[in-house]
Amino acid sequence: MADTASLPLVRAQGLSKRYGDKRVLSKLSFSLQSGGFLLVTGPNGAGKSTLLRLCAGLEGPTAGELEVGVERDELGYLGHEPLLYRELTALENLELFAKLYRVPERRDRIHELLERFGMWGERDNRISTYSRGMIQRVALCRVLLHEPRLLILDEPYTALDAAGCELLDAVLAERRGNHTFLVSTHDPARIEHLASDRLAFAEGAAT
Amino acid sequence: MSAAAGMSGRRGRGGLVGYLGDVATLAGKDLRIEWRARDTFPAMALFVLSTMTIFHFALPSGSSDRAAQGMLWVAILFTALLGLTRTYAPEREQGMFDGLLLSPVDRSAIWLAKVLATLVFLAAVEVVALLAFWLFFAHVGGAMIAAVVLADIGLCAVGALVAAMATASRSRELILPLLLLPLSVPVVVGAVGASVDTGTGKYLAFLALYDAIFSLIAWGTFEYVVAE
Repeated sequence: MADTASLPLVRAQGLSKRYGDKRVLSKLSFSLQSGGFLLVTGPNGAGKSTLLRLCAGLEGPTAGELEVGVERDELGYLGHEPLLYRELTALENLELFAKLYRVPERRDRIHELLERFGMWGERDNRISTYSRGMIQRVALCRVLLHEPRLLILDEPYTALDAAGCELLDAVLAERRGNHTFLVSTHDPARIEHLASDRLAFAEGAAT
Repeated sequence: MSAAAGMSGRRGRGGLVGYLGDVATLAGKDLRIEWRARDTFPAMALFVLSTMTIFHFALPSGSSDRAAQGMLWVAILFTALLGLTRTYAPEREQGMFDGLLLSPVDRSAIWLAKVLATLVFLAAVEVVALLAFWLFFAHVGGAMIAAVVLADIGLCAVGALVAAMATASRSRELILPLLLLPLSVPVVVGAVGASVDTGTGKYLAFLALYDAIFSLIAWGTFEYVVAE
């Protein structure tokens, strides 16, 4: 029997993506081992977000193979949208996702995360009343709620203030090795030391 | 080609009880959002009341009950359409479709929750509509109430599927009525027949059959509709 620990958790072979006539990804190949940390960098419009959406299963590739060895309940995805309902409070949003993900002892878990991200005091206010940075903090709580094996984070530092960035640095460092990460950023220096693998984009051609 | 989209999310989800729990959670979320935002219900109630009032003054005195009942069904159909255009508004406007599709719930649970939430809005509006009908036009009998209930189920089941299709399109306001109205013709025929004809049982059975068939089709195909 093959040693599953040595198998890549994410494997792409000749991955391409087009939107109409526009080629976004072209014959991209890479693999990411379980427990690894893949840092994706590149200019705007190079295809970073598209790659992350493909890996999250939100879109399908135009050509090539992509295998992601996790179930939906083992995946945490943070994209450009916070994926929170504006009319609900932070607590209600996290309760909703905790129920859908069958998070055990969900009240304690939500309390722990909101406290950690400095949002417990704001828990009963609607998301529509938050600043963009506060929304990003709650979105990070949502992503971590069910302790996913694979974390796909698209520009996770967006809108965070200095304290929020430091907090996220600490959260990523703590989880490094125990979770598998696929992170895109415009500020690679910030998390360069955590990365086990790197993918640098230049207009759809990763190196 | 294999893709991550093939990821499954139903490990140990608790069978039917877990599925119904997910439906209740999602439907409860929709009702709570509507209660807070009040985007849909006031528009539906205002539309149905305005329609009733206009027809009350437009129909000449001595008009037959059939004309009034026909008018009631026009009002109900377009009120349902109005509600269905807003069914996926929170998901569309806040990018929440991704959040729901990423979660490990069975995707048909998302459809069923939308059906239930829309049914609640529609039922609440129809209480207003039937009261207005009774006040302005004619007696509301048991057959009419049964027809309204069965028609609502059919309209919401098909409408929640079609609205999901339309959500992905830029011209969603056009596509929803374009797809829904032809599919609603059997509902209107059955409902009007049950309200005005002598063979009420036959028409109610027809509506129940429509509900069963179209609900099953919508339940079974929703997953493919919301796939990329």
